[in-house]
Amino acid sequence: MSTWKPLSGTQAVAEAMRQINPDVVVAYPITPQTPIVEFFAQYVANGIVDTETIPVESEHSAMSATVGAAAAGARAMCATASQGLALMWEVVAAVPGLRLPIVMPVVNRALSAPINIHCDHSDTMGATTIGWIQIFSENGQEVYENMLLAIRLAEHPDVLLPAMVMQDGFITGHGVENVEIFDNDKVRAFVGTRNPDRYLLDVEHPYTIGPLALPDYYFEIKRQQEEAMKHVKKIYLEIGKELSKITGKEYPYFESYKLDDADAVIVVLSSTAGTAKDTVDKMRAEGKKVGLLKPKLFRPFPYKEVRAALKDVPVIGVLDRSMAFGAYAPVYAEIKNALFELDKKPKLQSYVFGLGGKDIFKSDIEKAFNELLSGEVNSEEERYIGLRG
Amino acid sequence: MKKKRWKELMHGADLPPASSLEYKTGSWRTLRPIWDPDKCTHCMFCVAYCPDMAISIVKSEKGVKGFNGRIYKGTVRLETDLDFCKGCGICAHECPTHAIEMVREEEATSSK
Repeated sequence: MSTWKPLSGTQAVAEAMRQINPDVVVAYPITPQTPIVEFFAQYVANGIVDTETIPVESEHSAMSATVGAAAAGARAMCATASQGLALMWEVVAAVPGLRLPIVMPVVNRALSAPINIHCDHSDTMGATTIGWIQIFSENGQEVYENMLLAIRLAEHPDVLLPAMVMQDGFITGHGVENVEIFDNDKVRAFVGTRNPDRYLLDVEHPYTIGPLALPDYYFEIKRQQEEAMKHVKKIYLEIGKELSKITGKEYPYFESYKLDDADAVIVVLSSTAGTAKDTVDKMRAEGKKVGLLKPKLFRPFPYKEVRAALKDVPVIGVLDRSMAFGAYAPVYAEIKNALFELDKKPKLQSYVFGLGGKDIFKSDIEKAFNELLSGEVNSEEERYIGLRG
Repeated sequence: MKKKRWKELMHGADLPPASSLEYKTGSWRTLRPIWDPDKCTHCMFCVAYCPDMAISIVKSEKGVKGFNGRIYKGTVRLETDLDFCKGCGICAHECPTHAIEMVREEEATSSK
């Protein structure tokens, strides 16, 4: 039987980890990820899970120990945010190449400098090109379910890639909402246990992991990694269908909200999608045909499906909570890429908002929708929401 | 040897075990450890400290002659395997009886 609990987004992740019951968790606390580690450490101390936690002195060590445990054959998890992700970067970048299915919740926070503890997506947007699966979540409920989906996806024999599961720092991470936690037995049967085809502690079948590969083999190994990434989309849907049997929900690559007949659409990740849905409802009630597309699976990016969903929309605004200095903002760049194949392309506008946790309001999103509806857009220009001009 | 194509590789660049045996690193060496068996107590310090496992050991019932002319029985060390020794000098540094001396490669090879 499922139960409703008042949980913050970070607690929702800890609940997912309780049900996943990993063999090893190594995480170094960093705002705003800290409550994940705190709540999970309580489960460990109270004997609710069988997990071994390893105290370490930094994120670099945390990810190193997680890699060691995963290579040994354990289901090993880590959790981080912002500067923590930056500090563990060297090891984070090695994980996909080692093909270790580590699932790591990341509570999005702005990157220094200037130092800031609040939400934006600059931490994980810096990690989009190294081969981790990335799933963004709108609220505590989504992040809980995405964690369950991610563990199965990462460990699938045709995938064997690590996955980051994102939520917005503080907004989702520390905001308390009702979250439906599904039946322990059903969830535990769904997540199962990790069953690697080979692992270092299997002394009967020794093998070498992480060798040197020079120009004669490095390229071949990276091509193999891309092949694994290509399998992700299909398996994501398959595992989503299986999870639906427990949750009754669907797990598409992205959420489409009142998109079909829309004259203007906003594309935005995570918690702001909730605010945007409210805005869509308000404007729809006033007779304005607006809609929303919320990407969830961000790596691999579902270009074909996004193109099909947006092909008939006259004008699209993409809201990014991070910048790619000197280039198009990360989500905008993907949407623009996705639409290239269309003969009749929609008009596009890039907006950057909310850096370092700056609030965005329904009135801001309504203003952006009205600007899109007016057609006063420029696909080459980056506009800013909530910036003192 | 024909190189494997990307579809034929084990995932994650994983390899069969002990493949580093085929990858000889001795040519990296500039200093060569010269071991004097007459000064050796077979304490195994050099064996334990060697980062490349380049010093092999063997069981000897008969024993070998070493430090102070004594016969050392049981586990004894052999010559350093120069196919893998990179000449780091840790063995010489750790040796309690100074039985290992690091000599420049060109001197070690010309004196032979």
